[in-house]
Amino acid sequence: MSEMIPIYRAHFKRSFALELQYRASLVIWALSALVEPVLYVAVWRTVALAQGGQVGDYDVSDFAAYFLAVLLVSHLTFSWIMWEYEFRIREGLLSQALLRPIHPIHSDIADNLAYKLIALVVLLPAMVVMALLFRPTFHPQPWALVAFLPTLALAFVLRFLFEWALALSAFWTTRIGAINQVYFFVLVFMSGRISPLSLLPPPIQTLASFLPFRWMLAFPVELVLGRLTPTDLWLGLAAQLGWIAVALGLLTVVWRFGVRQYTGVGS
Amino acid sequence: MLTLASTSPVIQVHDLRKVYQVHEREAGMRASLRSLLSRKTRDVAAVDGISFSLTPGEVVGFLGPNGAGKTTTLKMLSGLLHPTSGEGNVLGHIPWQREKAFLRQITLVMGNRQQLAWDIPAIDSYDLNQAIYRIPPADYRRTLAELVDLLDLGDLIKKPVRNLSLGERMKCEIAGSLLHRPSVMFLDEPTIGLDVTMQRRIRTFIAEYNRRHNATVLLTSHYMADVEALCKRVIVIHHGRLLFDGDLADLVQRFSPHKTIIVELEDETAPLDGVAEVVEREGGRVMLRVPKAATAQVTAGLLAHYPVVDLTVEDPPIEEVIEQVFAQESL
Repeated sequence: MSEMIPIYRAHFKRSFALELQYRASLVIWALSALVEPVLYVAVWRTVALAQGGQVGDYDVSDFAAYFLAVLLVSHLTFSWIMWEYEFRIREGLLSQALLRPIHPIHSDIADNLAYKLIALVVLLPAMVVMALLFRPTFHPQPWALVAFLPTLALAFVLRFLFEWALALSAFWTTRIGAINQVYFFVLVFMSGRISPLSLLPPPIQTLASFLPFRWMLAFPVELVLGRLTPTDLWLGLAAQLGWIAVALGLLTVVWRFGVRQYTGVGS
Repeated sequence: MLTLASTSPVIQVHDLRKVYQVHEREAGMRASLRSLLSRKTRDVAAVDGISFSLTPGEVVGFLGPNGAGKTTTLKMLSGLLHPTSGEGNVLGHIPWQREKAFLRQITLVMGNRQQLAWDIPAIDSYDLNQAIYRIPPADYRRTLAELVDLLDLGDLIKKPVRNLSLGERMKCEIAGSLLHRPSVMFLDEPTIGLDVTMQRRIRTFIAEYNRRHNATVLLTSHYMADVEALCKRVIVIHHGRLLFDGDLADLVQRFSPHKTIIVELEDETAPLDGVAEVVEREGGRVMLRVPKAATAQVTAGLLAHYPVVDLTVEDPPIEEVIEQVFAQESL
C-alpha cells in the first residue's frame, strides 16, 4: 500500500497541473453542478408552500437543507468515467495505459479527486450563497456529524467502483452512451437526487433500499440532516460495505475479461 | 566462464498467428438492414505463423508494406494483443500476460500515438513515469540528463506539449518512453512524418542508446535510411508471413536479380545497344542494369570493346530491392 503513496502524489501533481490549465472550463463545470439542486429546491419549495408549507415530513427549510447536502455529496461522489471509456478505447488511449506496470484505475481516482478538490473553491462559496437564499435547517446529533465523513468516503468508493465496472462495457460495445442514459435515469430516482426518498411511493422506497444507489447519495445526506437513527447508520454502513464488495468483485471480473476482449480484438 | 544468458534470445516467437474477425457488408440501405439480422464475418490473418528470435543488443529492422502485420506483431510482443495461436517469449515472460516485471523492462513507441499529456510540459509526465516505474531519484536524474543531452531536448521538456512541433514532440515522447531504461524497445515508425534532419537525429539516438545500454531493438520504418543506418539484420513480412530473415546485405543479394553497372566512356556517342539495358545516359556516363548472372560477362565485354575511363558495379538502392521483394510475393 505504501508504495502507492509516491504514485498518487505524482498523479495529483499532474492532475492539478492539468485542471489548472483550463480554469474557465473548471468554473463552468463546477457552476453547472449547481443548476440541478437549485432547481429542485425551487420546485419543492413551491410545492410545499402551495400545500401549507409541508410535503410529507419535509418543510421548506428541510428541502433547502436536503438539496444543499445533495449538492455537496453529489459533487464529492460523482464520476465521469462512463463517458470517457468509449473514447478511451476507440482512440487507443487504453493501450498506453496497458503498457504501464500499474492498474489504470489509479490515475482515474487521482484525476477525479484532484478535480473535486479544486472545484470546491468554486462550489463552497456558491453553497454559502445558496444557504443565505434558502435558509436551510440541519438537526444532526454529534455522532451523526462524526459518522458523516466515513459514509461520504464509502459512498464515493462505492459509486466510483460501480461506475468504473460499468464503464468497462465499452470493451464489448463501442456505443456505451445508451447504457449511460439508462444508468443515470435510474440513479437520479433511486439515489434521492430528484426528491427525498421518503416522498416516493412505499414500493419504490423499498426497491431503493435494495439497490446500490441510495447508499451512494441519500444515505450520507439524510445522516447529516439528522434524520437517521444509530440503527439506520449501522445498517447503512453495512449496506455500503456489502455493495462495495459486490462492485469490487464485479470490477475485477469484468476487467479481466475486458482486457482479454480488448487484446483479443485489438484496437 | 561462459554464460548462456548473454547470448540466449531476448525475444523468441514461434508460429505466432493473429486472426481478426472482420464484419462485412455491402454498401446501401438494404445491406445495412440485412446486417442487423445476420452479420457476415470473415477471418483475416494479420499475422500468419511467423517465427524468429532476437539476441541481446540486436537492432533488427522489421519490414513490410502497410497491412503486412508489423504493428500487430509488435503489439503482441508488447502485451497489447493476445495472439490467436503460437508462442512468444520476451525477457522470459509471456508478453500478453502483462506481468508488471515484464512491463517495467520494455517500451513500445508508436510514431502516431502519444502518451504525454497535451496541455502540460513533458517534464510533468516524466515525473509521473518516475513514480509509476519506481525509478530511484538518482537514476531518474541521471537518465533524464542523458536523454536530454542525447536528444538535444534542452528546455523543450518545460514547455506545454501542445506548443511543440511534431519532431520536438516525438523526441519528448521517446525520452518519456525510455526513462525506465527498458532493455527491449519496440519502435513502430518512430520517424514517421519527421523532416530529414529530425529523422537523422532520432536514428543517431537509437544507435547510441543501443550501444550504451545494449538494448534490444525491433524497429519498423518505411524510411530505408533508418533501416540501413541502424539494422544489420532485417525481417521482412508480407501478408502476415515471413519472407526473409537475415542480413540486410543478403536480402539485396537474394531478391535483387540485377546489378547496376556505371561506366564512363571516352567516346560519348559510342552505341551501347544490345550490350545491356540503359537506365540513364549523361554524356559519357552511362548507367546499365544487367541480370546478376551476366554481370561478369557484360563487364568483360565493356572493357574489351569500349574506351572505358571508369567502371563500377553496384547493388541497386535498397528501396528498389524491397519493392522487388513485395512485387515477387504478390505474383
